[in-house]
Amino acid sequence: MAVVANGEYKFPSRDRVENYYGHQLLFACWDHHMLMAAPFMLFGAPDQKLGDIIEQQLKPLMQPDPDFDNIDWDAIEWTKSGEPWTPDFNKTVKENGLVHKEQFRFKTPGLSTLVPPQGE
Amino acid sequence: MDIKKTPKKLNVKEKYRLMTRDLAWEPSYRDEKEIYPYVDYEGIKVHDWSKWEDPFRLTMDAYWKYQAEKERKYYAIIDAHAQNNGHLNVTDARYLTAIKLFLQGISPGEYAAHRGFARVGREFAGVGPQVACQMQSIDEIRHAQTQVHAMSNYNKFYNGFKDFANQRDRIWYTSVPRSFFDDAMSAGPFEFLIAIGFSFEYVLTNLLFVPFMSGAAYNGDMATCTFGFSAQSDEARHMTLGLECIKFMLEQDPDNIPIVQKWIDKWFWRGCRLLTLVAAMMDYMLPKRVMSWREAWNIYGVENGNALFRDLARYGIKPPMHWDDVEKSIDHTSHQIMLGLYQWKFGTAFHSWTPTASDIEWLKEKYPTTFEKYYLPRWEYAIAQKEAGGEYNNFGLPKLCQTCQLPCLFTEPDDPTQLAHRETEYEGEKYHFCSDGCQHVFEQEPEKYVQAWLPMPALMQEPLKGDLAAWMEWVSLEPTAAGEYANSEDKANFEKWRKQVSTD
Repeated sequence: MAVVANGEYKFPSRDRVENYYGHQLLFACWDHHMLMAAPFMLFGAPDQKLGDIIEQQLKPLMQPDPDFDNIDWDAIEWTKSGEPWTPDFNKTVKENGLVHKEQFRFKTPGLSTLVPPQGE
Repeated sequence: MDIKKTPKKLNVKEKYRLMTRDLAWEPSYRDEKEIYPYVDYEGIKVHDWSKWEDPFRLTMDAYWKYQAEKERKYYAIIDAHAQNNGHLNVTDARYLTAIKLFLQGISPGEYAAHRGFARVGREFAGVGPQVACQMQSIDEIRHAQTQVHAMSNYNKFYNGFKDFANQRDRIWYTSVPRSFFDDAMSAGPFEFLIAIGFSFEYVLTNLLFVPFMSGAAYNGDMATCTFGFSAQSDEARHMTLGLECIKFMLEQDPDNIPIVQKWIDKWFWRGCRLLTLVAAMMDYMLPKRVMSWREAWNIYGVENGNALFRDLARYGIKPPMHWDDVEKSIDHTSHQIMLGLYQWKFGTAFHSWTPTASDIEWLKEKYPTTFEKYYLPRWEYAIAQKEAGGEYNNFGLPKLCQTCQLPCLFTEPDDPTQLAHRETEYEGEKYHFCSDGCQHVFEQEPEKYVQAWLPMPALMQEPLKGDLAAWMEWVSLEPTAAGEYANSEDKANFEKWRKQVSTD
């Protein structure tokens, strides 16, 4: 036990997946596009099609950014837990390997209207 | 006939001894470990409690006398402020955003500090620190009360003040200072003193106090200003308590040094994350600005901090870990936070607005290496939306940091074009952080932080299950208290009433 305590100190985590009645949290970040200040928290079920979450939750939230209309969805570079990843929008959240509170990130190369390109 | 003997008058030294130190006793029929069960478990070794020096040597009767005098003066001014419509003297009603943030975020922290000091005043085994902590506990509840009273005149006329207590418990940005104090209050007594007494009330206090009190002075807020004067001598005592605590611990036993160092590292970082809200206040919320966050940091962080840690070096204490990351963040965090608060203004119990042309010139001047390059484009976007008859809002719920509980809107220390992402898996569950500093805090005590009540993940659980309308009711957020300043009741009312008292 890393925490110094005056006895037994073990409590259930506040946001464990059991608290989400068959659903789970996901986080999504559009790299270098910080008009939307922080990564988005998304909500879905493990057996929900990932494509539905992308269409119904993610895309509307990305829309305010001036680069949105110029996105080439086939050229996006996706990562999950720091590793390159290819999502399958026709498969479920679970089939895509997205566990509770997983974050995926994506880059749209060449688009940087509001934030300078990476590293500048 | 006996001549009546006049009772001998006690001198100051005798009084102090009799009314503080001599109030203690050695327990004779219970074990000291039963009476003080929390003094050993943190690993801090104390060999001689009597070595704790109280530089103020206040007895309770002296304390009450000084404090009562301050209260009399204070409330006379508050009454005069109310009777003379003091609220109309502020620069303009945008200023009220700063004190709404203060009332919702800081005043409850004063109350938390009161409870924390009352607790440690009971748990320490030495009468010197017991008395000092009990006095600080009373100071802190007086601060909570006087702050609430300072706001009372504004509460009569403007939105966003009345539900501060409920909002402190339930709204999202208030969980930042709330979790800070919860973390300290659930720590042991020695850690509490290093967290609040030393790190907050000594190292970082000027970065909170000066911005708000100077902001009040510059913007015509006599009520908050007078609170500042009333609290000033209390704060002097608090600073000396904080310094005395750390010196006492370091001098009692060299084994205490690495423990104290870890606490300094943790609480300096947590305090700096909390202060990003103050940074945004200084740079954006004051119609008449005092100085920039960068300027305040250079004086109260760098200059004062360097002097302090040079002093503490002789005990073997090093400057806090992550100091460099804090320095790298100074020219960025106020802008990052304010852009965040602006886009989520539908969910804040205060108003936000886009910077004016002269605000922008000031920001360019104060932040020559960062504002124009990284942040002006986003503000110009928001301004363009307004000019086109719209309004920029971000209806996406943000990812929050498990430790500091702020939205993860901070960038990599060496790359302001990239948000910082840190992730730890603990007992099969993922946790996210905004920075190395916050990740490190978690990894030192994961059993503590897995229990953190994060407002956004909690919103999706029972009972709210993501219902934003129900959330607004649950946090007592009325639409009139939220949103753009330009369309607000506050603005309309302030301008109408100001006209009534002026001949312009």
